[in-house]
Amino acid sequence: MNEALTLLSFGDQGWGDQIARGVLVTISLAIATLPFGLIIGFLVALAKNSSEPSLKLAANIYTTIFRGLPELLTLFLVYFGVQIGIQQGLKLLGYDAYIEINSFVAGMVALSFVFSSYASEAFLSAFRGIPQGQYEGGHALGLSRYQTMTLVILPQLIRLALPALGNLWLILLKETSLVSVIGLADLVREAGIAARVTKEPFLFFGVACLIYLALAIISSTGLARIERWSKRGDVSR
Amino acid sequence: MTAANPETSLPRPPAPARAWTNARILGHVLMALWIISGVSLVYYLGTNIASPFVQKYWMKYVDGFIVTLQIVSLSLLIGALLSILIAVARSSKWKIFSWPAYGYVYFFRGTPLLAQTFLIYYGAGTFRTELDAVGLWGFFRDAWYCIIFAFSLNTSAYQAEILRGAIMNVPKGQWEGAAALGISKPVTFFKVILPQALMVALRPYGNEIILMIKGSAIASIVTIYDLMGETRRAYSRSYDFQAYIWAAVAYLLIVETLRRVWDKIEARLTRHLKR
Repeated sequence: MNEALTLLSFGDQGWGDQIARGVLVTISLAIATLPFGLIIGFLVALAKNSSEPSLKLAANIYTTIFRGLPELLTLFLVYFGVQIGIQQGLKLLGYDAYIEINSFVAGMVALSFVFSSYASEAFLSAFRGIPQGQYEGGHALGLSRYQTMTLVILPQLIRLALPALGNLWLILLKETSLVSVIGLADLVREAGIAARVTKEPFLFFGVACLIYLALAIISSTGLARIERWSKRGDVSR
Repeated sequence: MTAANPETSLPRPPAPARAWTNARILGHVLMALWIISGVSLVYYLGTNIASPFVQKYWMKYVDGFIVTLQIVSLSLLIGALLSILIAVARSSKWKIFSWPAYGYVYFFRGTPLLAQTFLIYYGAGTFRTELDAVGLWGFFRDAWYCIIFAFSLNTSAYQAEILRGAIMNVPKGQWEGAAALGISKPVTFFKVILPQALMVALRPYGNEIILMIKGSAIASIVTIYDLMGETRRAYSRSYDFQAYIWAAVAYLLIVETLRRVWDKIEARLTRHLKR
């Protein structure tokens, strides 16, 4: 037991600081992905919700692709694909260079694709929960379509989409672990290095699992608070 | 339809052409982009269908596909059996049963499958002497068994929640109605509650299968040569990016086919609920 505590302590003897750094990388990757995923997801949902069939179809193809591919494969496609694409482009320009793209950025792009395709479904079902009268009301008040969207629809949309988006955030947090495979020093990778050096794999991977669990619990309480905040209008009525 | 107007006997004017709104232009541009990328993908794959890469590796891909199928179906099956026990424990009145079951579900749903796999595959080494003593070391030394074990535990947690949610979803009146008819509890459960619950659970079960197919790609990280594993091996040997493109096409086909078949099955089984 004492040995385990020494191994997990901070400083020269333990692996605490490495693991803490891994946790930071994991959290920052998830947080960096979130805004892109939400914005793209919202735009895709708008496209799916539009009355224009071609736009709807284009958006549906996007979701079908990124929901059908394993996240790991999406990650490899982005990581190696972009690398090869840039190298081919440089070759056309006459340069012959080996380019390695940042695994953090590759992870962010791949996870944004996946997150946005799921988020678009969450937003779409929220759109369906908003009655048509809300648009008509906005129109009757003389609001422009943009104003109706931002002032009338969006606040209600967020409230309706929050539970599903909260789930997606928890999934995103777990999916960041895949980026360790392309070499990003996240929680799983740091735990793996520590496990290999100290020959205590169960301890370190167990700790990694518990940290993920702690992150999930913290997120859930935070999400519950946000949900309560989003429903503050309902309570007073 | 151009019907003649009875008063003027003039044909009805044609419907006005649909306006080129911004949304329509954007939609057409995006569709054009998809079509161009789709056509170039088909062209790229078509020109490579007789390439040395495909000649050399296509059998490997088939092998990998079979391994993926085996992993997914075995884990889903074992997980389904385990999930019944967990769901029963989870909805038990006794806290000695319901709390551990809750913890189990929370743990497996709250941590990444990758970390669970590593915990089981590498972590088993920590207990080598103990496992040796009970004769289980051979089981945990083999990546194949570890993967099946890890995936089964993972999916059992998810399936237990699906099952429990579906059974709770059946209205209480169904129990009471059966009791009023003098039907015993076990018969009520199997003949009245379970059929209705499974109807509700169909969609989440389908999603779970798809999640499992996608999640099984993780097996490739611990030296299993499933579809993803064969892809990675082919890429590391040939440095040919088409390795990943073929895999993407394969996975998309598998998942899309399954999704459509499942939709059909669901529509068929719930046809009596359609109004």
